[in-house]
Amino acid sequence: MQSFTRHFHPGWLIIAPLLVLVVALYLGPILNILWLSVTDPEPGFGNYAKLGESDALLRIVWTTVRICIITTLFSVTLGYSIAYAMVHCHQRQKSYMLTLLLVSFWISILVRTFSWLMLLGRRGLVNVTLEDIGLIAEPIAFMRNELGVLIGMVHYMIPYAVLPLLVSMQSLDTRVMDASRNLGASGAQTFWRIYLPLTMPGLVASTLLVFILSLGFYVTPAVLGGGKVLMVAEYISVQLLVTLKWGTAAMLAALMLFGVLAMLWVMSRFMKLSTVFGGTTR
Amino acid sequence: MADSTNIGSLQIRNVSKLFGAFRAVNDISLDIRNGEFLTLLGPSGSGKTTLLMMIAGFLDISEGDIALDGASISDVPAEKRNFGMVFQGYALFPHMSVRDNIGYALSVRKRPQEEIRSRVDEMLELVQLQDFADRKPGQLSGGQQQRVALARALCFSPPVLLLDEPLGALDKKLRVEVQEQLKDIHRRVGTTFIYVTHDQEEALSMSDRIVIMRDGAIEQVGTPNELYERPNNEFTASFLGKSNFIRQDGKLFALRPEKIDLRAGTGHADARMSGTIRSITYFGSMKRIIVETAESVEIEVDIDVWRNSETLAEGDAVDLLWTDAAAVELQVG
Repeated sequence: MQSFTRHFHPGWLIIAPLLVLVVALYLGPILNILWLSVTDPEPGFGNYAKLGESDALLRIVWTTVRICIITTLFSVTLGYSIAYAMVHCHQRQKSYMLTLLLVSFWISILVRTFSWLMLLGRRGLVNVTLEDIGLIAEPIAFMRNELGVLIGMVHYMIPYAVLPLLVSMQSLDTRVMDASRNLGASGAQTFWRIYLPLTMPGLVASTLLVFILSLGFYVTPAVLGGGKVLMVAEYISVQLLVTLKWGTAAMLAALMLFGVLAMLWVMSRFMKLSTVFGGTTR
Repeated sequence: MADSTNIGSLQIRNVSKLFGAFRAVNDISLDIRNGEFLTLLGPSGSGKTTLLMMIAGFLDISEGDIALDGASISDVPAEKRNFGMVFQGYALFPHMSVRDNIGYALSVRKRPQEEIRSRVDEMLELVQLQDFADRKPGQLSGGQQQRVALARALCFSPPVLLLDEPLGALDKKLRVEVQEQLKDIHRRVGTTFIYVTHDQEEALSMSDRIVIMRDGAIEQVGTPNELYERPNNEFTASFLGKSNFIRQDGKLFALRPEKIDLRAGTGHADARMSGTIRSITYFGSMKRIIVETAESVEIEVDIDVWRNSETLAEGDAVDLLWTDAAAVELQVG
C-alpha cells in the first residue's frame, strides 16, 4: 500500500477527468489524422511522396511558410514596439492602449477581415479618397494579392505578439536598466546588451505563438487573397470538402504538426522552454 | 590600488526636489569631502534616497545645484557622471556571468579586452570572489551578490560611490560581517562613499560623518561621536540611540539611559530625581530599568550588569543621579 501511494500521487485523481478529455478529444483525433495520412487511399507513404512529385503542392507549402515568416517578422517587431510603449508610458495611457488592443483581440476575425476590404479594396475608403484628391489615377491593388493577406494577418496577429512581450517586459526589474546607465552605457547599449536579452524569452514566446497560429490561417487568405494566394489551411479544406482526398489533407495536417514540433524542439536546444512559457530564468 | 584621492568632493547647494507641490527634498546644502564615508541617515520618507538619486542623476534637481570638485553636474546625464552605485536589491544583470557584470562599465567604454580582464581579476580579488567569476548572479548567496554589485560599481574607478541601503536584504549576522568588509574596501580604494540607510547602528559603526535627515531636510551633521554625545535637537537624540528628555527651567535636555546612576532608597545628597521602578528587562550585558518619577515621567536607565550586582526589584524606590556633562541641552524648536 505504501509503495502504491508513493508512486501514485492522489493529485492524479483530481486531474483524471481532464486527462481523459484531452486524450479522447485531442490525442485521439490527432492519431487518427496521422493514421489516415499513411492509409488513405492505400497504405504506405504515397501521400508524402506527392510532396516531391507535385509542384503545385510544394508551392502551396512554400507560400504558407513565406507568408508566415513575413507575418511573424512584422507582427513581432510591431508588437515589441507596442509592448515597449505600453510598459513605459503613464498608467492612464497604458490602460487605453490595453483596451484598444483587447477590443481588436475580441472582434471576430471575419469582421476584421471584411473591414480591411472596405478600407483597402478597389472601391474602398483609401483608394476613393486618394483618387478624389487626385494623388492617384488608378486604384492601388492592396487587396486580392499577397500584400492584402499580409496586412490582414499582421493586423490580426499583433495582440498575440504583444501579450507575451508585455508580460515579459512588465516583470523586468527597472533598476537593472538604471544600473546599466549608471555604469556608463548609452541608451542603445542598454537596449542591445540588457533589455533585449532579458526580454528574449518573451520575444521567443511571441514569435512561436504568432508563427504557429499563422500556419493555420484560413479566413484571411481566402478573403483578402481573392483566391490568388492559396495557403495550406485553405487547400486542406478544399481536399476535405471538394475533392474528397482525405489522405492528402491528413498528410498536410500532419506536416504542419511535425513542423510545429520541430520548431519547438529547435527552440528547446537554445533555451529552456519553461522560461519561454512563464517559468523563472533561474 | 588606491586611486588618486584628490577628486571626489561634492558640493550640494540649496537643492530641492518637488513632486507636484510636495517637497521631498527641501533646500539642502552639504559639502562632501573627497574620500570620506558619509552616511545619509533617516526614517523612510526623509528624502535620503531622493537626494541620492539626484546625486546619481536619475532624478532631476528642481532647485539648486550639485557640483563635483567645483564643476556643476546638474545637467550631466546619469550615464556621463561616472559615479558608481550599489542599488537596493543590487540590480545585477541576471543573464551575465559575475565576470561580465563586473566588467560591464569598462566594456561599454570599449576598453581593450586585456585591460578589462586584468581589472576584473583585481576587483574579484578585492571582494574575494575569485572562484565565482563564471557563475550567474542567481547562483550566488545574498552576501556574494552584494559583493558583485560593489565590485561592478568600483571597477571603473569612479570618484564617488553611491550605496542605496546595500545591506537591507541581508540577515543581521551577515550584515555585521559585510559592514566590516565594506569599511575595509573603503580604506583600500579611497573613493568617496555616500551611503544611504535607515539603520542607525550601521551608520554609527561605519561612517566618517553622518547626515541625519527628516522630512526632506537636514537635522544635524557630524561624526558619529559628535552626534551621539552632543545631539542638538530632539529628533537626532531619539533617532540615534535612545534618550530621555527632561524639561527644566524652560530648557530641554537629552540624557542617555547608560549615563544615569541608580541608587536604592531615597534621600541621597546629589540625587537629581527619585522614583519607583516600573519594570526591569534583562539583556545579558545590561539591564533596562524603567523608573517612574514623582512627576509621573518615565525615565529609562541602562545598568551594566557586571558592575552593578545590587539587587533591585520592581516597585523599589530609587534615586537617579547623573553628572552635568551627561545632560545635553537641546535647541527647542
